[in-house]
Amino acid sequence: MTTEMRHHPGINLSHSRPEDERHAEVTVFGFWTFLMNDAILFALLFATYATMVNRTAGGPTGAELFDIGNAFVETLVLLLSSFSFGMGAVALKEGREHPLKLWLGVTLVLGLGFIGLELREFAGLIGQGATAQTSGFLSSFYVLLSIHGLHVLVGCIWIVVMLAQVSTFGLSRQVRSRILRLGLFWHFLDLVWIVIFTTVYLPAVAS
Amino acid sequence: MNSSMLFGKLTFDALPFYSPIAAGGAAVIVLGGAGVVGLITWLRAWPYLWREWFTTTDHKKIGMMYVILALVMLLRGFVDALMMRAQQAIAMNAEGYLTPDHFQQVFSSHGTIMIFFMGMPFLFGIMNYIVPLQLGARDVAFPLLNAIGLWLTAAGAALVMASLVIGVFSTGGWTGYPPYTELSYSPTVGVDYWIMALLVSGIGTTLSAINFIVTIYKMRAPGMKLMQMPLFCWTALCSSLLVIFAIPGLTVAGGLLALDRYLGMHFFTNDGGGNVMNYANIFWIFGHPEVYILILPAFGIFSTVIPTFSQKKLFGYNVLVYATMCIAVLSFTVWLHHFFTMGADANVNAFFGIMTMVIAVPTGVKVYDWILTMYRGRLRFDTPMLWSIAFIVTFVIGGMTGVILSIPPLDYVFHNTLFLIAHFHNMLVPGMLFGLFAGYAYWFPKATGFRLDERWGRRAFVFWVVGFYLAFMPLYVLGFMGAARRMAYYDQPEWQIYFVVAAVGAFSVLLGIGCQVIQLVVSIRNRKGTMDLAGDPWGGQTLEWSTSSPPPEYNFAVLPQVSELDAFQVAKEAGRPYVWPTHYEPIEVPRNTALGPIFGGLAFVLGFAVVWHIWWLAAFGIAGVIATIIARSFAAETTRIISSEEIMATELRWHADVRAKQEANS
Amino acid sequence: MFKDTMLDPAGPVSAATRDLFFDSVGLMLIVVMPVIVLTALVVWRYRAGNVAARYTPHWGGSRIVELGLWFMPVLIVVMLWFVVWNRTHALDPYKPLASGQPPLVVQAVALDWQWLFIYPDENIASVNRLVFPVGRPVTIELTSDSVMNSLMIPALGGQIYAMAGMQTELNLMADRIGVYDGRNTMFNGDGFSAQVFTAEAVDVAAFQSFVAEARNAGEALDSASFETLATPTIAGPVRLYSSVENNLFHTIMASHGSMPHVAADASSTMHAEHNP
Repeated sequence: MTTEMRHHPGINLSHSRPEDERHAEVTVFGFWTFLMNDAILFALLFATYATMVNRTAGGPTGAELFDIGNAFVETLVLLLSSFSFGMGAVALKEGREHPLKLWLGVTLVLGLGFIGLELREFAGLIGQGATAQTSGFLSSFYVLLSIHGLHVLVGCIWIVVMLAQVSTFGLSRQVRSRILRLGLFWHFLDLVWIVIFTTVYLPAVAS
Repeated sequence: MNSSMLFGKLTFDALPFYSPIAAGGAAVIVLGGAGVVGLITWLRAWPYLWREWFTTTDHKKIGMMYVILALVMLLRGFVDALMMRAQQAIAMNAEGYLTPDHFQQVFSSHGTIMIFFMGMPFLFGIMNYIVPLQLGARDVAFPLLNAIGLWLTAAGAALVMASLVIGVFSTGGWTGYPPYTELSYSPTVGVDYWIMALLVSGIGTTLSAINFIVTIYKMRAPGMKLMQMPLFCWTALCSSLLVIFAIPGLTVAGGLLALDRYLGMHFFTNDGGGNVMNYANIFWIFGHPEVYILILPAFGIFSTVIPTFSQKKLFGYNVLVYATMCIAVLSFTVWLHHFFTMGADANVNAFFGIMTMVIAVPTGVKVYDWILTMYRGRLRFDTPMLWSIAFIVTFVIGGMTGVILSIPPLDYVFHNTLFLIAHFHNMLVPGMLFGLFAGYAYWFPKATGFRLDERWGRRAFVFWVVGFYLAFMPLYVLGFMGAARRMAYYDQPEWQIYFVVAAVGAFSVLLGIGCQVIQLVVSIRNRKGTMDLAGDPWGGQTLEWSTSSPPPEYNFAVLPQVSELDAFQVAKEAGRPYVWPTHYEPIEVPRNTALGPIFGGLAFVLGFAVVWHIWWLAAFGIAGVIATIIARSFAAETTRIISSEEIMATELRWHADVRAKQEANS
Repeated sequence: MFKDTMLDPAGPVSAATRDLFFDSVGLMLIVVMPVIVLTALVVWRYRAGNVAARYTPHWGGSRIVELGLWFMPVLIVVMLWFVVWNRTHALDPYKPLASGQPPLVVQAVALDWQWLFIYPDENIASVNRLVFPVGRPVTIELTSDSVMNSLMIPALGGQIYAMAGMQTELNLMADRIGVYDGRNTMFNGDGFSAQVFTAEAVDVAAFQSFVAEARNAGEALDSASFETLATPTIAGPVRLYSSVENNLFHTIMASHGSMPHVAADASSTMHAEHNP
């Protein structure tokens, strides 16, 4: 069976057995379906945020609270992590184990850094008395960002697992396929963050 | 309520001694469960069940377990229905035998169970068993995810059942509208049980849907184009796609409600800037497609059963495929019709009313296609066909009342009344349940090798259909009279006779269910007479009938080559139904794994712990899930090989059965 | 058996709704009746035992038949579109009813599990009893002091939700004298089944005497007595209040997060506008 026309972006396993190709094809397609599902979840959280953004219940508004500088740094960190993951993907394609682990490590540090920045921001807001219990607006803000943050945390755990698996199994078929899916996941989170930046932080600053 | 470190909110007060009836229900659950466990132990069947069933990754066994779960939950949900009908039949200017609080739990669990733990598992069970066989595939794309999906659904069902024994269930109905379900109005654990059961089973459903989508897109038999798939596979695909797009709505609505309740946030509260209208929107963005998730696969079953028993080709295959896709897409454009009475502008209401009517068009076309399939056929009236005919006639009545409800000014009058209840039961009972019963009777011989007893099947059919009309037609009348839904008692003397008739209908359905239980017992006892291991008892048209009954673990020793619709029918007409090689290749199948039961157990523990605020146990549950996933990712050997000798032996036994049948027929 | 329901309308809204019901059912029967009749005919004629009937096992489609199948339901649904668009606007619950008289304004507050009716122009209030003059439109403004409720008087017309912090509106009119049932149709807890009230359409003189009766009731409705009234009560008695604290309805809305001066804005997409 020819699978040439049905390649998903980023996959290059054709040099191995056709069975592997088929396997990767199936799992990656399944993962795309999952990402679709996850995207709808975020879409609904964004919609909820949009309906709640003015429901401050007498509490502080986004314009009063948000620090665009911090959000910008978070954005940069996450964008850089996508870049470093991309470098890792190049190393994977070339089958070079060591640089792959290095770039995965860099991505992990950046991911953890992002989570740290986000937690710092939350701590700052809570310090000002702006908690998730303050208003419907802040509930939706914290939940939207936390769900994204939890995804990043899952991504970080996944990176740690993959580092261990690369060391254990080398660049086996399974390991390569998993890193490719991890990549889709990581870039997806980047994309979600861009939407958060433009729908949560930018309007608050612009107003 | 005080909360302890070790047991959270859980105390002995959680036991259901608040009413003798609730305590009795709990006793039935506990004794019934203990009885089953005792019986299995006495039969020393645990190792067998564990090895052959609980740890299996075979889509056929998983499908059967889904159906068994659904049938058990059908009994539970039906007992709820019977209790409501009995209550309302006697509660004229009287309290009846149920307190309002208990009555509210009963209608909430009835709706929740019938939708999420009867309808969904029944459908996913049949889809699991049949879709890969109809596609000519050896397995689903992700056998492990499939097993996990089953066990998460079972964990959700177990949480609902646990609420009967420990604590209470929600009183907020299956839709759980806030602010009533917020902590300030519903302080008990009931709503928490409801949320956790739905979230857990929602994840399971999503995993199953991903599995079906990939299976259908990627695992079809060589040569089978999408437009050559059996219609049931099309409906399974559309239904799974709807799950992917719709279930996040349930997750978000339920999850945000949980955050309000657990962490004091303000998504749907009356105060603090909450917005109840947002819940209604998110819930129904899920809820309306959910109806089509349930009903589309049943349409697929009818589209399979009607041509088979008309001994004729399905009329308008292409039209049916396009109509199915139209319905799937349109189902996301109509959610607002569930709350026309929320005060939206006339333009908005009219728009959503019109969109709702648009859905009626492809549905109406489908009904005519089924009639045209029977036209100039040779109709055999076996039970699957009887269910299908009853469906067509009954369903159009429900469709008509649905269009009535889609006209906003009429909805203002009928919304929240028993007319609405009659309508959606009029859609879901014939549309979904009759379809499931038709599929159950139709594919039962595929899964077991013998047919269900026809006589008891017909009796069940008559009691069910008569019971349906008696139970729900009076509710339409009551709706006209302004009777609201969910009333534990009422003071209008002229209503009572209709409630009594409805109760008689429910009793007739009870007899129907009784006949089905007897049917199962009789069928197993008399199985010698209806045994057909050759695999094609009905004269089927699709590939699942081209292998033995029950099919071997690998389904097909040789993958079928497909170039047309109704591949098996075409092969039979060409005089070459079976292609038997002389040599067989070994086949790789997934190994058994305990991960399904482990995930199901952890999800139950996690849900239970969260319901009762037992945080150490919840942490254990989460850690367990993460650790299990990571541990699994290091497992190397996940498949095993069935040798060509073993396959040869199995196949030769089947060939002998087929030849014996051919000789008997000629 | 359908006394004082949509099928026995006591006002123009329910009468128009009844007409709409029969019109739409008539249209739909054009699709539905053939299904039932054809199914019966086909099932009988093409039963396997009837070998005389024609049998075409390979007939699986026909362009012309399929076009016809789409055409008929599309035609009927398009006709229904016009019906829906026109009647939804004509029977918009927010639309004031045509009448020579100005509407009687009533502010309805859903409580656990009673109905409070404030008559702002008369400056009286009643509980579980709504009295209004026959032949004069009634504009009911609704809110809730608790969970979501829905007010319906089947003899007069449809229902609309009452939600905390928000205001919705229902315009009704009775054209014959009578005592009709009204109730909350949206499940809201233990007292739901008993949350009924009487809707009395009376002549002008009787309405005046109702107002006078209320004015003599003795108790005034202010924040304190409202708080007493709002405690959960199942099957509470009919009460009358001689006067009502200024702007109480909007105070109740504001206590659930709304702003006192906000009224429904008919030009916005959502009538039930909530302004935080």
